[in-house]
Amino acid sequence: MKKKVTYREAIRAALRQAMRDDSRVFLMGEDVGRYGGAFAVSLGLLQELGPERIRDAPLSESTFLGAGIGAALGGMRPIVEIMTINFSLLALDQIVNNAATLRHMSGGQLSVPLVVRMASGGGRQMAAQHSHSLEGWYAHIPGIKVLTPANVMDAAGMLIAALREPDPVFIFEHATLYPLEGEIEEKIAPADISKAAICRVGKDITLISYSASLLKALQAADSLAKDGIEAEVIDLRVLRPLDTATILASVSKTHRAVIVDEAWRTGSFAAEISAQIMEQAFDELDAPVSRVCSAEVPMPYAIHLETAALPQPDTIVTAVRNLM
Amino acid sequence: MAEVPLSSAPKVEVIKQDQDREHALFLLREMLRIRRFEEKAAEVYTLGKIRGFLHLYIGEEAVAVGAMQALTANDRIVATYREHGQALARGISANSLMAEMYGKITGCSHGHGGSMHFFDISRRFYGGYAIVGGGLPVAVGLALADKLQHNEKTITACFFGDGAAAEGEFYESLNLAALWKLPVLFLCENNLYAMGTALDRAFAQTNICLKAQAQGIESESVDGMSILAVEAATHRAAEAVRSTGRPFLLELHTYRFRAHSMADPDLYRTKKEIAEWQVRDPIKVFEQHLRERGLLTDADLASLESAIAHELDEAVQFADSSPWEPVEDLTRDVCTPEAGKS
Repeated sequence: MKKKVTYREAIRAALRQAMRDDSRVFLMGEDVGRYGGAFAVSLGLLQELGPERIRDAPLSESTFLGAGIGAALGGMRPIVEIMTINFSLLALDQIVNNAATLRHMSGGQLSVPLVVRMASGGGRQMAAQHSHSLEGWYAHIPGIKVLTPANVMDAAGMLIAALREPDPVFIFEHATLYPLEGEIEEKIAPADISKAAICRVGKDITLISYSASLLKALQAADSLAKDGIEAEVIDLRVLRPLDTATILASVSKTHRAVIVDEAWRTGSFAAEISAQIMEQAFDELDAPVSRVCSAEVPMPYAIHLETAALPQPDTIVTAVRNLM
Repeated sequence: MAEVPLSSAPKVEVIKQDQDREHALFLLREMLRIRRFEEKAAEVYTLGKIRGFLHLYIGEEAVAVGAMQALTANDRIVATYREHGQALARGISANSLMAEMYGKITGCSHGHGGSMHFFDISRRFYGGYAIVGGGLPVAVGLALADKLQHNEKTITACFFGDGAAAEGEFYESLNLAALWKLPVLFLCENNLYAMGTALDRAFAQTNICLKAQAQGIESESVDGMSILAVEAATHRAAEAVRSTGRPFLLELHTYRFRAHSMADPDLYRTKKEIAEWQVRDPIKVFEQHLRERGLLTDADLASLESAIAHELDEAVQFADSSPWEPVEDLTRDVCTPEAGKS
């Protein structure tokens, strides 16, 4: 039985299901309990599941993320919510030096079955300190998985799948997607977190994107179709490990690619995808790979400037036309 | 240069007159094993067989050996990059530790960690953490797991240095452990220097017990040069953690006789200061204590030394003759194999 929910409600349903199915699972983070989550994801769960399972943590990102690592080592299945990706910078030491390294550094003795969720991205006039898209930084690190759900089904199913992983999984929920509507099953099944998805089939060009930028890429594809350009749109879904096979198969068919990434262009994940295509499908290309990224500026507050800084459907359309 | 008066460290409390001889000789042997292991490590380091960083524990042996006596096989241990003493005292073999420092596959971390990253999960030794302060949140999490699983008799012992007490994670971890009532025994090895920065050049408030108290955690200051004082205090503290489920902090005043690492020219402290602390050498002092009570003879000591020398010769031989991990396995342990999914 399917039901219609928002992205936010889908994650809440997955949290509830996970905690009912497995007594080792608990949620901790800032304001996840009594407040109900800064984005209302965990609203009501404290009342349903109690303070042992829904733990309000003091503002100490490094320590409650590190405590998540320790609890995972100690036999639990913690879900750490970092309110936003911006604050995850305060926990980078635990993420990079501990979560990602412990398995290898211990010669395979340890596993860290930790799930970390956080809201990411700009587009809400939150200015320079609350609009980061740093998923690509995390995707740089061996030892962790990086998931970026762009629809309601993935928002729920990826969390269930992440909890079955023996190693740390980071889930980036774009803050503009929480009101997005879609359908989930009554019993949420784990999503396949090994593959990218083709969201729209086309033959003329491949648009490669993830998270909220994917919706802009799909809008761009709609308007290109009116002019007879059939764009294939790929939702990467998982940034690490990256499903290059799906990307290369599509590019081998369309011979053109535009990568749409909300992060800054320099040193970006878009650059990584571009390099993968160049290394593995150079002979398939009829045009240089192009990138639509955010402008190289700290995110401005003013609406017209923020809009100009972020990738938009019309900038994607322009990038496509330049390649045709 | 900070001149730290010896009187700033508390005196040995009560010397037990009736210390069980067998146990006393065990404590002495454990401290001697660490001392000789470290000397051997320095020796093979100069031969180029150990590379990377090597931080020696010489001078601080009473802390690891004394503290370890209060821990059960179920207790969990988190340590730092200066963790050879803790690892040996916990029962990890000299063979696997030496092999680890050689980078051999027979090492306790398969040669992936080296001197700073010893792990042995069979002994609940959750590793040496080499980012100062980085082990404290992990220890808090291990204790949280025990609390949530109702492992009521299990505690987590977290070793760290005075340098870590300047890190935000120290305050955050103490706060979280106190707030959530978690069974963590915080063991601050105060050797007066964070690498080359003396305690009183790093802290406006140099009393680490007071910092614990400010976070709502009970604490005690201990003479870390006295094996008996450390053992007794750790038993009290561990018992407090076990019975209340709440954290406790011990500040163990100690001193490293060697430089911070093999790369350190040791220019930031005086020879006089080092010599003054060497008078309080935990091994020499304990030997003297036992001799005065007729519990240790020259023959006893010679026999201990000979057994240790044999153990360490064997460890070096083991490390020398152990194989390297095949390069094909370079990335094997980055992620858990598919079969590890649950």
